Amino acid sequence: MPAVSKGDGMRGLAVFISDIRNCKSKEAEIKRINKELANIRSKFKGDKALDGYSKKKYVCKLLFIFLLGHDIDFGHMEAVNLLSSNKYTEKQIGYLFISVLVNSNSDLIRLINNAIKNDLSSRNPTFMNLSLHCIANVGSREMAEAFAAEIPHILVAGDTMDSVKQSAALCLLRLYRTSPDLVPVGEWTSRVVHLLNDQHLGVVTAATSLITTLAQKNPDEFKTSVSLAVARLSRIVTSASTDLQDYTYYFVPAPWLSVKLLRLLQCYPPPEDAAIRGRLTECLETILNKAQEPPKSKKIQHSNSKNAVLFEAISLIIHHDSEPTLLVRACNQLGQFLQHRETNLRYLALESMCTLASSEFSHEAVKTHIETVINALKTERDVSVRQRAVDLLYAMCDRSNAQQIVAEMLNYLETADYSIREEIVLKVAILAEKYAVDYTWYVDTILNLIRIAGDYVSEEVWYRVIQIVINRDDVQGYAAKTVFEALQAPACHENLLKVGGYILGEFGNLIAGDPRSSPLIQFNLLHSKFHLCSVPTRALLLSTYIKFINLFPEIKTTIQDVLRSDSQMKNADVELQQRAVEYLRLSCIASTDILATVLEEMPPFPERESSILAKLKKKKGPGKLPDIEDSRKEKHANINGGTEPVNTTTNIKAAPPPSSDLLSLGSPATQNSAPPPATAGSLLVDVFSENNSTPTPGAQLGPVADENFSRFVCKNNGVLFENQLLQIGLKSEFRQNLGRMYVFYGNKTSTQFLNFSTSVYGAPPINLNVHTKPADPTVEGGAQLQQILNIECVSDFMEAPVLNIQFRYGGTLQSIAVKLPVTLNKFFQPTEMTSQEFFQRWKQLSTPEQEVQKIFKAKHSMDTEVTKAKIIGFGVALLDQVDPNPSNYVGAGVIHTKTTQVGCLLRLEPNTQAQMYRLTLRTSRDTVSQRLCELLSDQF
Amino acid sequence: MIRFILIQNRAGKTRLAKWYMQFDDDEKQKLIEEVHAVVTVRDAKHTNFVEFRSFKIIYRRYAGLYFCICVDVTDNNLAYLEAIHNFVEVLNEYFHNVCELDLVFNFYKVYTVVDEMFLAGEIRETSQTKVLKQLLMLQSLD
Repeated sequence: MPAVSKGDGMRGLAVFISDIRNCKSKEAEIKRINKELANIRSKFKGDKALDGYSKKKYVCKLLFIFLLGHDIDFGHMEAVNLLSSNKYTEKQIGYLFISVLVNSNSDLIRLINNAIKNDLSSRNPTFMNLSLHCIANVGSREMAEAFAAEIPHILVAGDTMDSVKQSAALCLLRLYRTSPDLVPVGEWTSRVVHLLNDQHLGVVTAATSLITTLAQKNPDEFKTSVSLAVARLSRIVTSASTDLQDYTYYFVPAPWLSVKLLRLLQCYPPPEDAAIRGRLTECLETILNKAQEPPKSKKIQHSNSKNAVLFEAISLIIHHDSEPTLLVRACNQLGQFLQHRETNLRYLALESMCTLASSEFSHEAVKTHIETVINALKTERDVSVRQRAVDLLYAMCDRSNAQQIVAEMLNYLETADYSIREEIVLKVAILAEKYAVDYTWYVDTILNLIRIAGDYVSEEVWYRVIQIVINRDDVQGYAAKTVFEALQAPACHENLLKVGGYILGEFGNLIAGDPRSSPLIQFNLLHSKFHLCSVPTRALLLSTYIKFINLFPEIKTTIQDVLRSDSQMKNADVELQQRAVEYLRLSCIASTDILATVLEEMPPFPERESSILAKLKKKKGPGKLPDIEDSRKEKHANINGGTEPVNTTTNIKAAPPPSSDLLSLGSPATQNSAPPPATAGSLLVDVFSENNSTPTPGAQLGPVADENFSRFVCKNNGVLFENQLLQIGLKSEFRQNLGRMYVFYGNKTSTQFLNFSTSVYGAPPINLNVHTKPADPTVEGGAQLQQILNIECVSDFMEAPVLNIQFRYGGTLQSIAVKLPVTLNKFFQPTEMTSQEFFQRWKQLSTPEQEVQKIFKAKHSMDTEVTKAKIIGFGVALLDQVDPNPSNYVGAGVIHTKTTQVGCLLRLEPNTQAQMYRLTLRTSRDTVSQRLCELLSDQF
Repeated sequence: MIRFILIQNRAGKTRLAKWYMQFDDDEKQKLIEEVHAVVTVRDAKHTNFVEFRSFKIIYRRYAGLYFCICVDVTDNNLAYLEAIHNFVEVLNEYFHNVCELDLVFNFYKVYTVVDEMFLAGEIRETSQTKVLKQLLMLQSLD
């Protein structure tokens, strides 16, 4: 039976929509809309009061116009009026308008909330649902403040209708997601858990979502949900397909509810209670058994919903990772799907098997499918399926199959889609290194990578091969020979030239005995390609040449001639020119001994986690990349040994090398160009070294920008950081021990920033809490992205937190760290007091630890007004007529932290003649006095 | 959770847009265009899933209409794929052989159908019988 016929209800609306559809052009449409808007405006403004029907019709038309993409700047009031109508159809349009055009107009919010309140308490289930849906759709903080306390009562009340319970559960979920602080877990929680037992499966469906989200955040409070969920699941999977009537979908009993229950169980470890655990295992076995039964219907809906449950069950089995039989059965089931004719199933099987590969119980079982997966790489039409195949090959790789998998990946790389080449290159590089028994194989593999996909070989990859060759003397001769041969090709990738130049500069002597690769031939080979290279590569080659002078004195004059030529000496590029001049000079004046010392072979690099691995992890995002080694608990003796989570992908551009620069070529160009061997020694060490003494997880190694930091001590807004790509602006406000900082990231380029992510680290969370939501991963060219940081000062602290920003610009990963101006003084509340009070307290704080004094020279002009503004900006009250000497400044305030409050008195005495200040601070806590003194004395 | 639901025709005209997270209007427009671009280039041999920014789109095509649900990457693909179909069957029953025009002229009713089946980015009700009974009851109200 048709429930609705076309356009019933509001004739005027149907006519208007028809008119719009008949418009031949955009202009005609706009004209028609403007006419309608004028009409509606006059109706709303007219003297005659509109009846409910007309109001509903016009509001609905406005909504339609808005949904077409036009701005609507009136009608909100009329929509709000509809909310208090007694008729469902009018109320519905009112609520719809409010939900779609959320407006933070404060007057209206009050009226809207009033209407919602009336409907919530109306005991009319239809009206209650309309209002609950509105709250769930808008989910604003104001609404959470108004209703978060009431909705749990509606949800657990005995007399609430089932459909209202469903809405209330999800409405509460929405409020919990947007404002968790306003939804305190209370006595209602235990009753919510019992909704899993409800007779109405719709109520269970809605409640399970709520419970899952709450359980993720408060696992202990919701522990009891495990046994209830298992019981419910068991009843569903063992039911005959007709038992659940309305909830059976194409012969599958309650598939969506089953999926939700299985997801809820993934919030917890396997049940400890043997009976519950046994029952759950039975359920999972039943689900696996059903997959083998003949289908009850040929319809795709049947198999899809059955498999939805199956895949979720497999996720739970993998999550528990404790039942070897189930894991192996899951693997066999997925193995069948790998060859299924449905592309969806092949895709999902590859994806799911990828996580299965990291379990020690099923790793071997996954490996048996290698041929099928390799075949998928060659035959799948959908690139996303091929991508999953690459992921799975990577996950199943170990020492036994590494050579085969790397060969297949290299093979695929020749024709791979551009979008995934870089990732495959990283994966091949990692696998080749990790499972190399024979380092000649490793060197061959990397050179092949450069040959096949040179453009996609990032700096990390070629730095890495050099690092490994330098650290392993058994492979150096082979590496020199191989690069020499590879360079014979008439056209070779610039990355090959970089690797070749570096390696020959270090180890060319190892093959110089062969007349086919004599010193002069090596030099001529490199130099024949010199002029076709970019500046950074040429700079690198110049360093190779000076290294040659040390290795092969017999070709010294040839090289000196090249260095002396006009194209080097007078090169337009200052970096190349400087290198040529200095290298030439060095080769002329230094004795052989000195030359040999300066140009000695690179020392081995300290061993650590591969920087490429870090890069891949970043590319895939945490969690998406199965850890191919650690979780399998088989530690291979890999070259790098260390597995400490040190992020080594420092951006060279942001990280000028320390001044240990071998030849003191401190020109800025050195920092911008790719590193040449001799001078790059320090740079490579810098890139790969752990120069942070406290390895904070996720912390970056580069320098933290803090140029503008001190400017923010006495003010809250301004530009914190700026380079050629990015500008970071700040607006912040602080009250008591809480603060909110609006961070604006401006993309100064015309190109997108991709994989944009931020994190805050630094101050220990017991002192300072900084919360933020993940930033949007893309920032368009010229656009600005806003992020809000919520800050809570728990106790007094010294170190400011550091904001770490990463993104891809063009092909390269940018990484910036900026010190956030969250300083202790931000949590000041000014305190006014009289002279008498001030000196009374001053005397109370007279022990030596409580006072800190500093005498310092003025850095800025000693202007009275500026100084006053700074002291007020620092957060204290500036107290007049307290100090007997009117030119002194006196201030008082209280630092608010969550745990305590610290009173603070300060006195600043200028000496204009000597251009000096004396600053004295007294607080009840020595660390606070110390820190405040440091901060403030830096300001004058 | 569901981040948004979109119904678009092949030309890219939006027939329903339901958002479960905060986006400003420009961002919404951009998302609508991006979804259209990634979904319409795919053919029947492709999966019904596309990675999309840090989420994924589960979609299904019915005649000239694409029904797209954007969910978190860890969500169950097939469950949402069938949730789309369940939704379409309800629309089909409610509008008696639903066509694109029904969604245009009754856009305000489509929102009611959505709210009955999906709320706060979660699946609210899956029983077609229960949803249709409720919709008929609402239809009978003044």
